[in-house]
Amino acid sequence: MALTREEVRHIALLARLQLSDAEEVAITEQLDHILQHFETLAALDTSAVEPTALVVDVTTAYRDDVVVNPPAAEALRQNAPARDGDFFKVPKIIE
Amino acid sequence: MDLHRLTFERAAALLAQKAISSVELTRAVLERIRATEPEIQSFITVTEEVALTQAHAADARRARGDSGPLLGIPVGIKDIILTKGIRTTAGSKILGNFIAPYDATVTRRLLDAGAVCVGKLNCDEFAMGSSTENSAYQVTRNPWDRTRVPGGSSGGSASAIAAQQALGTLGTDTGGSIRQPAACCGVVGIKPTYGRVSRYGVVAYASSLDQVGPMAKTVTGCAHVLGTIAGHDAHDSTSANRPVPDYAAGLNGSIKGLRVGIPREYFVEGMAPDVEQAVRAAVRQLQQLGAVISDVSLPHTQYAIPAYYLIATAEASSNLARYDGIKYGLRAAEGEGLLGMYQRTRAAGFGAEVKRRIMLGTYALSAGYYDAYYLKAQKVRTLIRRDFEQVFQSQDVIVTPTAPTTAFRIGEKTSDPLQMYLSDIFTISINLAGLPGLSMPCGFDAQGMPIGLQIVGRPFEEERVLQAAYAYEQASAWHDRWPTE
Repeated sequence: MALTREEVRHIALLARLQLSDAEEVAITEQLDHILQHFETLAALDTSAVEPTALVVDVTTAYRDDVVVNPPAAEALRQNAPARDGDFFKVPKIIE
Repeated sequence: MDLHRLTFERAAALLAQKAISSVELTRAVLERIRATEPEIQSFITVTEEVALTQAHAADARRARGDSGPLLGIPVGIKDIILTKGIRTTAGSKILGNFIAPYDATVTRRLLDAGAVCVGKLNCDEFAMGSSTENSAYQVTRNPWDRTRVPGGSSGGSASAIAAQQALGTLGTDTGGSIRQPAACCGVVGIKPTYGRVSRYGVVAYASSLDQVGPMAKTVTGCAHVLGTIAGHDAHDSTSANRPVPDYAAGLNGSIKGLRVGIPREYFVEGMAPDVEQAVRAAVRQLQQLGAVISDVSLPHTQYAIPAYYLIATAEASSNLARYDGIKYGLRAAEGEGLLGMYQRTRAAGFGAEVKRRIMLGTYALSAGYYDAYYLKAQKVRTLIRRDFEQVFQSQDVIVTPTAPTTAFRIGEKTSDPLQMYLSDIFTISINLAGLPGLSMPCGFDAQGMPIGLQIVGRPFEEERVLQAAYAYEQASAWHDRWPTE
């Protein structure tokens, strides 16, 4: 089942990536080649196997709802690509 | 005395005796960096002023009676780990102007122990790669042969040790990215058990696989750094709530009776003969030291690469969604609304390999494919983990080659991404199973390139892995060799 250019365009949209025509062609070929190699997984019988999401046993860590971090707003804003005082400037969201 | 040539522990001893100062040591290391960087290119950012300030502070602390193995030692940190006030790029243009607003926990622990940060080390972009050729900034060259790669993704962390540009470094390892460059550059590197070291402040690639670990010229150096960075962190809920042993104190000891498993699936066609020879010789050496060697099997080894590249890329596609040009990092020029800005920012900021992995991961998670790819890979992960659990019922450690070949030439594997992925074959299962894994030098091939031996342990048995490594190291002389100047 070969990967099509339409599918690649759809995935690129999901991934919020703009690909050039050349990139689209290259990625379609490369991903198709890689996915074909990965077809070996299909041969394994995993019907009775549980998936592993995380290798450690973790339980949700709770703590009291009190502020523990000192204010660091300025440090967090200093990397803003566009800024207006305390605000991050962004492109218009609602047309 | 060429201070930059000192091992971590030798320097720590001389500092403790006050035979040398941290300022002297740091100056020597910075001078060495200046002399070698034009050729090697380990560093994205060298932090001379910060380092000297920290060195002075370390000497002042020592004068007040303070001590500790890290106090005053020059270290380098992979540029995927946040260092407050210092540019942190993760090897990507999308973070080219990013100044870290806080320290990663591992950074904080090193600095609190008095370490001196000499700079941020080059890596494959977002830790995606096995050669450091995917860095958006520069190609790092292997100090043993400058036409060859240092390995990746923590290539700069490994080359800096081999080129005597730092006495200890931090790297990260998601599919082999500490161990494989350690092997390529003839140094020691350890990926701890998943959860042994906090990931807070480490730019995330694959959250169920990433781990931070040390690299150094010797096992002792790694043991000291690991002991400093390891331990529970309230900021990282995947970090284990377990005490940290004194790894360096536990090194000396006999490995008589240590049960060592050699998995047959790790000696494959396509493996360089020199590599196989050196590893088998190392195994015989372990046997002479009293270890009991057995042939074992990890039957699902061949499925590790597909499973890894589906899980890791799926997690990466989610983790890298945050690079949207809004609050930090690169933002493409305005025009065509919000969606267009996202698309063009990410197109401009990410390199080809990163785009490829985001695409692969997004596909694996997308409707209609999730079950066949991502879920399937997670089930295979269970099978791989079970293989190890089974072997560890009768073996204490597993020993393998770290990589099928020694360091390849720059440009040799860049045309076929799959070829590059296959070079991770011996390291990748260890990340999937969350086990501790170490690489150390065990010889050189006919071209004089280092060969790596991998030692793998049960979860949280870093002590045993380090002991086995130390025993082999003391019985061999590979660590005494440096690249010719």
